Amino acid sequence: MKRTLLTGNGSAAWGARLAKIDYLPAFPITPQTEIIETIAKWIDAGEMNCRMVTLESEHSMMTAAGTAAATGVRVFTATSSQGLLYAMEMLYTIAGWRVPFVLVNVSRGLSAPITLEPDHNDILAARDCGFLQIHCSTCQEVLDSVLIACRLSEHTSVRLPVIVNLDGFYLSFTREPVEVPEPELAQEFVGPFASQGMSFRASSPVSQAVAVLGGSPYSYFRYETHLAAQNGVSAYGEISREFEQAFGRRQDAVEEYRMDDAELAFFMIGSFATKAKDAVDRLRRAGWKIGLLRPRLLRPFPSELIRRALAGKLGVAVIDQNLSVGKGGVLFTEIASSLYGMERAPLLVSFIGGLGGRDISLEELYEMASVTRKAAQEGKAPPARLLYTEEELREVRKLQAIAHVERQELEPGR
Amino acid sequence: MNETTFRRKKDLPSIHLLGTGTPMCAGCGGLEVLHQIYDILGERTVFVNAAGCMTLLATYPFTPFRGSWLYTSMASAAAGAQGVRDGLDILLGKGEISSGEDLQVVVLAGDGSSYGMGLSATSSAIERGLDFIYICYDNEGYGNTGQQYSDATPHGARTATSKGPRGFPGYKKDLFAIWAAHKPAYVATVLGSEPLDLAQKVEKAKSLKGSRFILALAPCPTGWDYDPKDTVEIGTLALKAGVWPLKEYMAGNVVHTHIPRMRVPVEDYLKAQGRFGHLFHPYRNEAVIGEIQGMVDAYWESVG
Repeated sequence: MKRTLLTGNGSAAWGARLAKIDYLPAFPITPQTEIIETIAKWIDAGEMNCRMVTLESEHSMMTAAGTAAATGVRVFTATSSQGLLYAMEMLYTIAGWRVPFVLVNVSRGLSAPITLEPDHNDILAARDCGFLQIHCSTCQEVLDSVLIACRLSEHTSVRLPVIVNLDGFYLSFTREPVEVPEPELAQEFVGPFASQGMSFRASSPVSQAVAVLGGSPYSYFRYETHLAAQNGVSAYGEISREFEQAFGRRQDAVEEYRMDDAELAFFMIGSFATKAKDAVDRLRRAGWKIGLLRPRLLRPFPSELIRRALAGKLGVAVIDQNLSVGKGGVLFTEIASSLYGMERAPLLVSFIGGLGGRDISLEELYEMASVTRKAAQEGKAPPARLLYTEEELREVRKLQAIAHVERQELEPGR
Repeated sequence: MNETTFRRKKDLPSIHLLGTGTPMCAGCGGLEVLHQIYDILGERTVFVNAAGCMTLLATYPFTPFRGSWLYTSMASAAAGAQGVRDGLDILLGKGEISSGEDLQVVVLAGDGSSYGMGLSATSSAIERGLDFIYICYDNEGYGNTGQQYSDATPHGARTATSKGPRGFPGYKKDLFAIWAAHKPAYVATVLGSEPLDLAQKVEKAKSLKGSRFILALAPCPTGWDYDPKDTVEIGTLALKAGVWPLKEYMAGNVVHTHIPRMRVPVEDYLKAQGRFGHLFHPYRNEAVIGEIQGMVDAYWESVG
């Protein structure tokens, strides 16, 4: 095992390399491109035996990924943001094919306005498609999760494609110390591709992905997919325990950070959870009983694990780096529905922040903790809060003033 | 390649591979063509299908194919073919399957996909030199949804979205030329009513490597509004009137495999179909009929 500095993108590429992927259908998009560039370089140098094909769109890329997996090879690909949405039709389609493969998504905010910087609206738009989702908060997790995702995807009780998600910029371009497993050890863990009978061969003709007539067969196959996805919780548990034995690192389905005696908790996904851990440590030093709960596994949603972890807690600050326009935070509705009907469930308070790369500061984390504590004491949750500072508003007002002045210059009298 | 197994009609396959009882309409010109093509391509094929009428061929748990099938989407059948071809090549390269297990990868798509939504994926597949055969059954409209006009609809045709007195105001896209511009291995037009010409072309396509295209006019009784028994006759008229030139592209050259020396007037073809009825009733639309005849004449003049 060697320890080295890797970006999140580099870690994803290393994961693919160690998993000995056979096939990489590709399409460049910021901030994902470094992943396919890195693998392309290794292929050119003869360090990886993998076929790479650049298609003309993410929609085609995802189609080729699905059909190659249906032919019986180990497939890996990566995309981001607009690309994920451009491929959305195929995400649903391929999940319905029940083909195993791993897709890395590097989260980036969605247009409009167009931006390069991260939030989670892209990946959460894929919430219902049938791909399982693993969310990372460090570069190490990215590498480890790609290996785990191969196993999860190819697990006999699952057989579904898996997305490994990391935040653009904050992880994709940030170097962190990463332990790169020995190739032999990684290959022993991942194993050869388990196609589970998916193939096209002259001697055994098969029809895949055929049409159905009527709601009964349709419902049957959709329910089958749902039940297989739900099997993912125990399959993930089994695989992550094996992973810990092999590599000594825990990548639990739900991370519990200083939760044992906590009365309050932050609940969030992604790289900003590392900042929230810092806030937890500092608040603890100031005498707060607070922790962090972070689902790595978001699909299937580990409701039972979350209920267990939150039993007896008083309040939870749910931090959403996404916005379901006209509703609010997606994680909030997910956790709220999971805790519904639970006796003495903790009070949930919703916060929206970190959109399009906007930072979430320590001060804001303290404020969220404070609002949540007050709400828990009073037994009444305030309306969802959209994080925004006066300073930010002043900066936007300045931009608007410039726009106004420029327009007057160009179109006097308006 | 000059050698052919198919010199006379009696050389055509007498055993038919595609099963019967499909949900296609009576008199479907697309199915007429697919039957003939499948007899020659055979069962060592995997059909990668784009959304269209033919998507209903394989409906759980039945299929008329003896070989394999995979439905993809409307826009990305050619990309689907890429993944299957690459998957097979990877397995062959690693020695995990023998060459006896290899398959011909065949896209099956209608004109809605081929001329429009699927063109981007197709163009890029040809550019990469993908080793596959692409079959387009062209019934000149979005047939599966009730024959709305598509990029393949001819000038003047009445469709579900061009019911006015002038019919469809646009002009049919030249997909043969678009394919040929990519310099692929092979491009050919075929007609179900010309089985010998069709067999020779499919045989040729099968013998080659690289991107190969078979573009079939698919007379459509429901969409074109004629009696299903007349499908063969409509195809014959398309040939005689010069509306559907039979040709092939190979190594930079376009060759016509049939030149109608004595073309019948294009109105013979138009009159046989209800979709052009408004050009003759209640009064004769000389301008549009003349324009269509003019385009056909100009085509044949341009090819000498």
